[in-house]
Amino acid sequence: MSKKNPEYDFAWCPGCGDFGVRRAVEFALTDRLKETEEIIENTVVVAGIGCSGNLVHLLEDPQPFGLHGIHGRSLPIAFGVKMANPDLNVITVAGDGDFLSIGMEHIAPQATRNLDICSVVMDNGVYGLTKGQSSPTTDYGVKTTSTPYGKIEDKIHPLKYYLTIGASFIASGYSSKPRDLAKLIQAGMEHPGFAVVHVQSPCTTYNDTYEILKGNAKKGVPGLMYDIPEEYDRTDRLAAEELINSPGIPVGIIYEDKTRPSLTAETNRITESVKSRDVAQLLSDYDF
Amino acid sequence: MSKRQDFVVRFAGEGGQGVVTASEALARIASEVGYHSLTFATFPSQIMGGPTYTQARISTEPVLSPGDELNVLVALNEEAYETHKNELSKDGIVLYDSSFQPSGNEKSIGMPFDDLAKEAGDARTANMVMMGALASLVQMPEKYLKDFIEKRFLSRGQEIVDANFRAIDFGIEKAAESAFNLGELEEPNPPDYKQSMMKGNDAISLGAIKAGLNFYVGYPISPATTILLYMERNLVQDGKFVYQASSEIESINAILGGGYAGKKSMTATAGPGFSLMSEGLGLAWMSEVPLVVVDVQRGGPATGLPTKTEQSDLFSAINPAHGDVSLPVIAPGNIEECFTAGVMSLNWAERYQGPVILLTEMSLAERVQNIRKPDLDSVKVENRIVYEGNNGYLRYDGFELSPMPIPGRPGSYIANGSEHDSMGDTTHLPSRHIQMTERRFSKLDLLRNGDFEEENDNSSIVLMPWGGSKGSVREAYNQLRDSGLDIGWLYTMYLNPLPEDLLVKLRTKDLVIVPELNFQGQFSSILRSYGVKAKSITQYTGLPFKVGDLVSSINDLINQTNKAVIN
Repeated sequence: MSKKNPEYDFAWCPGCGDFGVRRAVEFALTDRLKETEEIIENTVVVAGIGCSGNLVHLLEDPQPFGLHGIHGRSLPIAFGVKMANPDLNVITVAGDGDFLSIGMEHIAPQATRNLDICSVVMDNGVYGLTKGQSSPTTDYGVKTTSTPYGKIEDKIHPLKYYLTIGASFIASGYSSKPRDLAKLIQAGMEHPGFAVVHVQSPCTTYNDTYEILKGNAKKGVPGLMYDIPEEYDRTDRLAAEELINSPGIPVGIIYEDKTRPSLTAETNRITESVKSRDVAQLLSDYDF
Repeated sequence: MSKRQDFVVRFAGEGGQGVVTASEALARIASEVGYHSLTFATFPSQIMGGPTYTQARISTEPVLSPGDELNVLVALNEEAYETHKNELSKDGIVLYDSSFQPSGNEKSIGMPFDDLAKEAGDARTANMVMMGALASLVQMPEKYLKDFIEKRFLSRGQEIVDANFRAIDFGIEKAAESAFNLGELEEPNPPDYKQSMMKGNDAISLGAIKAGLNFYVGYPISPATTILLYMERNLVQDGKFVYQASSEIESINAILGGGYAGKKSMTATAGPGFSLMSEGLGLAWMSEVPLVVVDVQRGGPATGLPTKTEQSDLFSAINPAHGDVSLPVIAPGNIEECFTAGVMSLNWAERYQGPVILLTEMSLAERVQNIRKPDLDSVKVENRIVYEGNNGYLRYDGFELSPMPIPGRPGSYIANGSEHDSMGDTTHLPSRHIQMTERRFSKLDLLRNGDFEEENDNSSIVLMPWGGSKGSVREAYNQLRDSGLDIGWLYTMYLNPLPEDLLVKLRTKDLVIVPELNFQGQFSSILRSYGVKAKSITQYTGLPFKVGDLVSSINDLINQTNKAVIN
């Protein structure tokens, strides 16, 4: 939406991390336009359902194409959009519930195909829009509206999951640092393969984790997040495993493999090697 | 004795015994010399073993149905014989494998198919022993068979050809020893037009490709898998994309992404996969994205009868998703129509910018038939109206179809599955839901001009089949008319929305008889909702209608209705 649209009746709560993610997406797209000869309409933002998916409506000028689909299916839709026109810059925006619960089945196929898109995941550890239910990234034992006696499932570890299934680009970011996050998103968009940018994007209403993430020196809270050291080798898979198995949440690019061909490259390879036949030739197979 | 004009052979045995290839080979041999042929197949849902049978009908006239009674039953084992012997015609002959002895006193001829094949020099020629015997029973010249063998196998060496020739001779000799015969089959009357021989799923694939299909994503499921395999092999070209998805949920959402990005996109599935596509189909309707889903019906619900035929997905084809939807449905009735439906389903999707269901069925998917070769030059291909202007476009403005922007060019908007305003932003305003709902339904008016068939229009009673039951019902219609019954014929493959002129005619009739392969009488129930006096003749066996059963059911239904009127 290019300016305030009186008919659009959704708003994020004050302090929502998704504001920062939106800024970061805008910065990343603006920078991309500056650095490439693309027009903004060459970008398609495929959104999941939830607070996070509304990002597609809240982007300020300039306007990319958008597709606000159904719950959990941003990846298969993005798969279709990208392979229909590999020249498009395709990104998905979705939350932890959409991406990692109902949409979980779609992540591994894109990773194994190395689909050339960038997925921005806004993780707030809770279902916000349906008012505070537990999500796959809610901690064990936490009481939510759907776990009134405490959550009895372990939470999943998204970064470990992405690495295990073979995502060729994995970054971890934070919504309150939109400039830094924009760099991660831009790197994800430029990456020739499946890129996931997993963002800590707290929910001020149901799961306010700002202090846990950032820390609070006055209260002696250490903070879970830390910047990945500069000497870290992000092409080293074993180093990536070690990094994400260590305590805390590293921020930065965790893993990057530019050597694997993307799905686009693979399909081009097949197309070039197969002699295509027109419909008259195909029909003649059935002559007698 | 007048010559025979048609004969029906059933091959029954176990999966993996070549039962399918036998009937297809017979159909091909016959068609190549100018007969008309049609096969029917029903499989066990396993790769090897399990009782299976196929049927081939050969005729001097175009064939409409697989045939009610068997002139020959080729029984490869005792179970096959026991299961199928009751469907033999009075003068029918059993051709059995001499590994068992038939219990009944039908005319029967035993021979060791496999041993004779080995003796001929190639264990794979057992089918040709059968062909030789069959040809002998209807005095079909052996030259027909041998020409076919040469054409088919010469490239693989003279040895293979010779082995097949010997196998044919063995079959002819064995059948001749018995002195049974079925009467001479009349000389073929070859059509004066070019022909093709193909299955329904091939015809759909070719029709879709002719209409410009350039994006296909599908997931394996019987009996739709052959379309995926066809596309994987042939839709490989610059600017085209084909892929095997990880699930039907991925298929539908991927082709939605493709359709949104400007492609002519399609997937094919069967009942269980179709159910999984519900939400995605609703999204396509809501966001106005062209795409085609082929539903090859099998017995349902749930896993149902994966390898049997049924016409029980009509309700869900029209109304697959929650909320106010009415999806366009095209249901072909024979192989020629499968080709046309492949073309028209894509044309419709482009024309009205939304999802279209091509509703076919197992009996068409696996049927091999000689058809008039589709005339590619006469096919009219339609393309969506594309938005060519600048930014600031209101994609969903107004109450009617509007040009569609394509990503990568100016005209950005948000294709939205939530109710939306004219630029695609989510809104809950009542006035918008009214506008958009009416807009979506108004686009169906672009599709009410489909073709339909009509005969004996003056009769107040009409037969109106749909889908793959068309052929059997047509044969029944011909018999009823020959017997002097005053009954009309109406038929279309455009089931939703129905052609406007057809609906006008239907409403004037006193009785519209709808034979259909489901329990609920789905199509007649829909017709009644339009104010048509429709009644169904239903069957839910997993098998197609038999013509004889239809003739008596139709007579019964007319008599009952007449009584009801008199009372």
